[in-house]
Amino acid sequence: MAATLYDKIWNAHAVAAGPGGRTLLYIDRHLAHDGSFHAFEALRNAGRSVRRPEATFATPDHYIPTRDRQAIADPQLREKIETLAANAARTGITFFGPDDPRQGIVHVVGPEQGITQPGITLVCGDSHTSTHGAFGALAFGIGASEVAHVLATQALWQTRSRTLRVEARGLLRPGVHSKDLVLALIARIGAFGGTGYTIEYAGSAIRALSMEARMTVCNMSIEAGARSGLVAPDDTTFEYLAGRPYAPTGADWDRAVARWRRLPSDPDAVFEREVALDAASIEPMATWGSSPEHGVAIGGVVPDPAQQPDPTRRGSMEKALRYMDLQPGQKLEGLPVDQVFIGSCTNSRLEDLRIAASVVRGRRAVVPALVVPGSGLVKRAAEAEGLDRVFREAGFDWREPGCSMCVGMNGDLVGAGRRCASTSNRNFEGRQGKGARTHLMSPAMAAAAAVTGRMTDVRKLLAG
Amino acid sequence: MQAFTTLHAAAVPLDLANVDTDQIVPARFLRHPRSAGYGNFLFRDLRERDPEFILDRPEYRGAQILVTAENFGCGSSREAAVWALTGAGFRAWIAPSFGDIFFENSFKNAALPIVLPAGRVAGLRSQLHAAPGTSLAINLARQTLRFPDGGIEGFDVDPFRKECLLAGIDEIALTLRHEQEIAAYEARHLTPP
Repeated sequence: MAATLYDKIWNAHAVAAGPGGRTLLYIDRHLAHDGSFHAFEALRNAGRSVRRPEATFATPDHYIPTRDRQAIADPQLREKIETLAANAARTGITFFGPDDPRQGIVHVVGPEQGITQPGITLVCGDSHTSTHGAFGALAFGIGASEVAHVLATQALWQTRSRTLRVEARGLLRPGVHSKDLVLALIARIGAFGGTGYTIEYAGSAIRALSMEARMTVCNMSIEAGARSGLVAPDDTTFEYLAGRPYAPTGADWDRAVARWRRLPSDPDAVFEREVALDAASIEPMATWGSSPEHGVAIGGVVPDPAQQPDPTRRGSMEKALRYMDLQPGQKLEGLPVDQVFIGSCTNSRLEDLRIAASVVRGRRAVVPALVVPGSGLVKRAAEAEGLDRVFREAGFDWREPGCSMCVGMNGDLVGAGRRCASTSNRNFEGRQGKGARTHLMSPAMAAAAAVTGRMTDVRKLLAG
Repeated sequence: MQAFTTLHAAAVPLDLANVDTDQIVPARFLRHPRSAGYGNFLFRDLRERDPEFILDRPEYRGAQILVTAENFGCGSSREAAVWALTGAGFRAWIAPSFGDIFFENSFKNAALPIVLPAGRVAGLRSQLHAAPGTSLAINLARQTLRFPDGGIEGFDVDPFRKECLLAGIDEIALTLRHEQEIAAYEARHLTPP
């Protein structure tokens, strides 16, 4: 019978059937970070041990400062990182610590190290675990109880999700990136349009994307309400993985690739829902409100809640406009920003930094701008090709890797009432700091905002 | 884990869609251990900005049920969002849809998320606004919800989660009963990481 990529991974990981159609699903890889201390504590309190330490990889990202890491001044931050190190040492799991060049955002480190592979199940106590679906892995975020569950049992009770295929036809135009594609999708289907579904991204526009760009799309699946996103593995995937430290080698590699080639959804596989996007018609996007679904093309205007027929959604729009201090009908382009953040598990990879640097080169940031590479290896690679100099000479702050200003746990915060052009994934109220106003956009658009001090259609800078 | 069987308690209507877990518990509180009492952090920023925030109105004091709108608990996987709600005394939340991870996290903490059609939930919120402080009755075994107007609505719940809630079963203990199957799976499928 015809099967989807999702079905194939699911069927290969079913350990036991439970009541009510639930399945005990085997978990191949688990990523832990410095916010995982709640789960380790629960495990310890229950007197349970880690079943398979070699399947878990840990690195600090949420709490780790992006500068002055040798002597972390804030004792609470220092304690979070020391706790993760101690938990890793105590349980025997692999740890990429603050001094290790491999340290970084878990969702950057996993793929970079080849820990993320096609056809596996991968979980992490972080909602953006959907990122790893870019490799054709079934990857999803879990809560602290489930993290403890995976550590203790290497399995999780799961219910099959529904399947949604998003087919992005045609190709993205110059100056338009995968972040724009996924913001356009969420604007179309809504922040709960994907609830209950695993989204498989397909079509020529997805096939043409690099692994980095596919990760950006899968990363944002959670912002459409889906727990997982998937892209079928192909030569782009295999080329990215070849030679990575934890990827198979030699004859094992050949066998793995042969296995991975059988993973894509069968041509006659049926999805419960299909959405088609015309990639060529997508414009550079930015959000105006406080939900990732509040995205419009940069040339567009802030929508009018009065035109929203649903009273609850209307109320949410009104609340968002008050929070963001914007008016219906206001143009987004030209709106002044107070600062810029380039980073996060959505857009902190080498390709993202290259794209941003290409806009910045030869220009000056006119507002405070922060660049936070996704990992130590991304940082080194960027420095090897001089990207750090491009940013620094333009007045950007060049930092050490971590989640930083995406989640505002490490002290990097946007001030109350200040407007931030951000490459992160969430524009929720208070997400980047209490009272902070976040506008989501691509690295190219964020770079354009930094050098103009306003929301700007990056294509105008590319043309000039 | 504590069991969940029946609940008869006042309900609060919260007319907001896409309430994310960053609003339920802002990130800066997550560095605290669970013993810090996450109930104190519930909707902290919303409450500070809006002294009239509905959860703080005296007529809803002691409420244990939250009736809200689409996509409640979207966003971050932080289980602390559920701890904040249970810490503040809530045991059940009703919405047309929930953030997926938040939904799972609820069951792990002896709390019951109930999904009802959007129109029904909106009607329920209207009834609660009309008569603030009204109680609802939830019977998990029967899967029923009794409304203030006397109407009774059935709700769906996954049988596995229902059993776990009714009996207060620790899910990890349940999974460990399948230890041999997990080991057999590993013997068949495992390749070194």
